[in-house]
Amino acid sequence: MHKAMMAAALMLAAGCAGATSAAAQDKPAKLKIGFVYIGSVGDFGWTYQHDQARKAIVKEFGDKVETTFLENVSEGPDAERSIEQLARAGNKLIFTTSFGYMDSTIKVAKKYPDVKFEHVTGYKREPNVATYSGRFYEGRTIQGTIAAKMSKKGVIGYIGSVPVPEVISGINASLLAAQKINPAIKIKIVWVNSWFNPGKEADAAKALLDQGADVIMQNTDSAAAMQIANERGALAFAQDSDMIKFGPKAQLTGTISNWTPYYLARVRAVLDGSWASADTWAGLKDKMILMAPYTNMPEDVKKLAADTEAGITDGSIKPFACPIVDQEGKEVECKGGDHLDDSQVLGMNFYVKGIDDKIPGK
Amino acid sequence: MLEAILLSIVTASTPLLLAASGELVTERAGVLNLGVEGMMIIGAACGFGGAWLTGSTMVGALCGIAAGMALAALFAAMTIGLAVNQVAAGLALTILGTGLAGLIGLGFVGERITAAPHLAIPGLTDLPMVGKLVFGQDPLVYVSLGLIAAIPFVLARTRAGLVLRAAGDNAAAAHALGYDVAKIRTLAVLFGGGCAGLAGAYLPLAYTPFFAPGMTAGRGWIALALVVFASWRPARLMAGAYLFGAVSILQLHAQAFGIGLPSQLMSALPYLATVIVLVLISRVRRGGSVAPAALGTAFVPDR
Repeated sequence: MHKAMMAAALMLAAGCAGATSAAAQDKPAKLKIGFVYIGSVGDFGWTYQHDQARKAIVKEFGDKVETTFLENVSEGPDAERSIEQLARAGNKLIFTTSFGYMDSTIKVAKKYPDVKFEHVTGYKREPNVATYSGRFYEGRTIQGTIAAKMSKKGVIGYIGSVPVPEVISGINASLLAAQKINPAIKIKIVWVNSWFNPGKEADAAKALLDQGADVIMQNTDSAAAMQIANERGALAFAQDSDMIKFGPKAQLTGTISNWTPYYLARVRAVLDGSWASADTWAGLKDKMILMAPYTNMPEDVKKLAADTEAGITDGSIKPFACPIVDQEGKEVECKGGDHLDDSQVLGMNFYVKGIDDKIPGK
Repeated sequence: MLEAILLSIVTASTPLLLAASGELVTERAGVLNLGVEGMMIIGAACGFGGAWLTGSTMVGALCGIAAGMALAALFAAMTIGLAVNQVAAGLALTILGTGLAGLIGLGFVGERITAAPHLAIPGLTDLPMVGKLVFGQDPLVYVSLGLIAAIPFVLARTRAGLVLRAAGDNAAAAHALGYDVAKIRTLAVLFGGGCAGLAGAYLPLAYTPFFAPGMTAGRGWIALALVVFASWRPARLMAGAYLFGAVSILQLHAQAFGIGLPSQLMSALPYLATVIVLVLISRVRRGGSVAPAALGTAFVPDR
């Protein structure tokens, strides 16, 4: 049984992370599993989804495992200390759930070769460090399709967090899908240069709506934009978790990260001794990303969305199917045969044709 | 469109103005409280909690004020009562506030409330352009404007204000005249805490009607910078808060419009503008400090 102890306040006050630990008696056979979170488990977004998977582990494996998590761990030296603390406390499997924990994870992993590490969205691996991430752009393809159908003005507003390849591939996937429905569709992009700042996200949503957008997509974590869309009678997509409560009249669907199947598989692998370092990049097919229910749209759009989802799942629809033309009108090299290969998507740093904006800093 | 932009600017500027007004008064009494961010986030958590439980914006605002004051009281006990270093205590206050707010907020993350009602005066609010801007704001906007109008009057024209400034400029002299410096400073710190709590509560009550840990996102630090930016003058403080709010909203519109400047640069504009104005002010004054003379120094009468 996992019993969360919230004696965290004072630890937070001292600049540490809040820790919770299992209260049960330790039996040597128990697999201890640690989690390092960037936000709080109550963020209702990224960290919340990771913690749901942790709870699923506890439910599935019961007495065989014991989980501990550290929340609000900032990236940098704090992360390294927290990860090492978990390793020293006897955790044999440690999930580090933010991109910025990459170097800290690798560093600690070298010191503790018998501990296995799982790092999200990273690209550095060791014999005892595996990486995993979701194909979030697949969800964007469905969102783009719906947005083009639902936008009366033909203008999508996009709230970007930070201009990294993951976010840029999301913008491109959205527009490519939208252009298939409405070749004249426009996309307006506003960067807030932050993953989480509710006030600024709300301001960005207002600015986009004021400038003619009527469907909002976002790559930021809070429900602020959803609330604004709901208040103004516009439409929007949720991010990371289902936000229907904040936009009962606005939410169309949303891409939800679902770490549970992967986490269960990895714990099982450690228990039966088959764990090996690997790089997992999974999407709709493996249910690492899920779509929130299709709401606030007519039946034909719902069906089109479901068909798109089915098509991506069975591989008949490729979000980055060739030919793809970039902003300058140049055709992008097609390394994956009939579509861009994974390395091209992972390192995407160009906008596709039809976006009349520039990638910041390019 | 212009009206929409102006309305967004008012919403973005109000929490900054509220928090900075309180900090200005605190600092004029000679106490540097760096814990504004912590008092704001605890105000946001308690403000949301109050409004969520009772359904009343008013109760929420009062809870926010009370929470900010409670944290400020702790700060006052440390820095005025025990003469602890103000910088260290202020930073600790921010970290404590952030942690406590996360703890308090655990129960209602993912919940939502109805946003604060906006003023509606038949006839006036419906006026084109200025109607909504002048007569259609939420009550906290008017509170923030009332405060910033009252502060210069109190500081310059009332006995209480002059005594408060004496405590901030020369605590020993104020003490020699028979004033209780510790009491004056404590009251100023509590006022600052109340304002910061209300500023924090403004976020979940009016700005984005939900609570999330860390939702103040550095606004407390901006408020602190604004006080320096305003060289401790209320009128400049108001100009600074609205300038900062305006630049941060306009840069978003500029991006959506597609003017093609890098967004990182535009996100930095509000800060850049603040720094430039700061430099200009100090040049006009030919250097020299405009800060309250005893700012940041503890006063222990019997030493």
